[in-house]
Amino acid sequence: MQVPAYVEYEKATSVAHALALLDRFGPEARILAGGHSLIPMMKLRLAQPETLIDINGLSELSYLTVTAGELRIGALTRHAQLLDSGEAARHFAVLHDAEQVIADPVVRNWGTVGGSLCQADPSEDLSAAFAALKATMIIAHPGGTRTVPARDFYTGPYETVVAPGEILTEIRITIRPGGGSAYEKVGRRAGDWPVGAVGSALWLDGSGPDGGGADGGGADGGIIADAGIGLTAVGAPHFAAAGAEEFLRGAPATEESFARAGELAAASCQPVSDQRGPADYKRHLACELTIRSLRRALARARKHGGGAPGGAPQDEG
Amino acid sequence: MQITMTVNGVSLTRDVEARLLLIHFLRDDLGLTGSHWGCDTSNCGACVVWLDETPVKSCTVLAAMADGRRVRTVEDLALGGRLDPVQQGFAECHGLQCGFCTPGMMMTARWLLDHHPEPSTEEIREALSGQLCRCTGYENIVRSVRWASEHEARELRAGEHGPGQDGAGQHGAGQHGAGQHGAGQHGEGP
Repeated sequence: MQVPAYVEYEKATSVAHALALLDRFGPEARILAGGHSLIPMMKLRLAQPETLIDINGLSELSYLTVTAGELRIGALTRHAQLLDSGEAARHFAVLHDAEQVIADPVVRNWGTVGGSLCQADPSEDLSAAFAALKATMIIAHPGGTRTVPARDFYTGPYETVVAPGEILTEIRITIRPGGGSAYEKVGRRAGDWPVGAVGSALWLDGSGPDGGGADGGGADGGIIADAGIGLTAVGAPHFAAAGAEEFLRGAPATEESFARAGELAAASCQPVSDQRGPADYKRHLACELTIRSLRRALARARKHGGGAPGGAPQDEG
Repeated sequence: MQITMTVNGVSLTRDVEARLLLIHFLRDDLGLTGSHWGCDTSNCGACVVWLDETPVKSCTVLAAMADGRRVRTVEDLALGGRLDPVQQGFAECHGLQCGFCTPGMMMTARWLLDHHPEPSTEEIREALSGQLCRCTGYENIVRSVRWASEHEARELRAGEHGPGQDGAGQHGAGQHGAGQHGAGQHGEGP
């Protein structure tokens, strides 16, 4: 029988109250959101906080909105809410793709977006998705808030820049025209952590062909204005493939470009062999899943032309 | 610490340790042994209960987190001695063998049918994908949920076309009155 060790418990009634509680109980206090990472860690004594500060009552942290040209996701938003959000899927299909394969429907009912990010598991799906989208994290502290790019959020496995006394409150993603995104994951079984997974986002040059492919850029047409590639479980630095993104910027959106981006992404990873698979297989996945996710991201971007946001998952070609 | 919650329609207050898991609170403190304590790692889903409106794995939720909320367990499925259509489905289609996974399966299935009254086979499988049957009786479990879905659709049609069926098949959350607190009368295998 696994039960957590003795722990104190406080229920926060607002973000300000949660911050005050964190201040009062010190660095051995931990924020308790859905608990679907923290409680299993506590059962195994891998985490042994002295105090839990329960933020499940903070409805002020549970929302999905489009404000000022950004998708804003409250940290306490449940996975199921993100999965069910038509608005999130319409703008960033990669989020919908990823949520479909995170754990299982019952776990998604209670596990939270912010909790998953703060757990900082090196195989976390959303870390790759938000890295691909170049999201920004909003962190509250007693003096106000600070913003951190998603790619600078992690300082190592199970470690983030969220300091004792701080709370992740929101994730923001800028909505840009001409975009499409997708997530590709290989796992051992339904609901499992990935052996490897890649999220990609593409923004096509607005002046390019409207999905026609007639330009001299290549068989698939269109010039890539910007690209985001996020990888998880394969030892990618900052959950991203910066070199592959750099290569894609200004390149034609073609199979040849994607193949090269896949190679660059795989070369930048340092996967380790474990019970989920050998390192060379994971490196192969990093390449192949980069190509597949770019392909789907392109199909979605082109479906909606240069001006509209990226396509919803069901709209892919 | 003191917690107050509504379990199967009954409001109650108890003193618990903060580290107490909801599954142990339900089984050991309240005697509601219909919910099963299985893998302890939020994989198997034998411990699924409703927290407010949604199924959760109660081995990964603290009892303290249910403070001020509503909990619904398998003991609350039958209404006034009449089995829920999901329970009937499991009986009709041999949806249980050892019965250990059954309470969790039924709680998730009930939620599915409340939100998607006519799910496809694929949707049923997806909804139950976080729940394991070590007897591997999945075919019959899916068939059982389908039976319940079709049964409820029939009841609904009968209700629309004639008097008599006073809303049978509508088992939405919160429509139940005080639930039964008899331990483990339903959801246990033969």
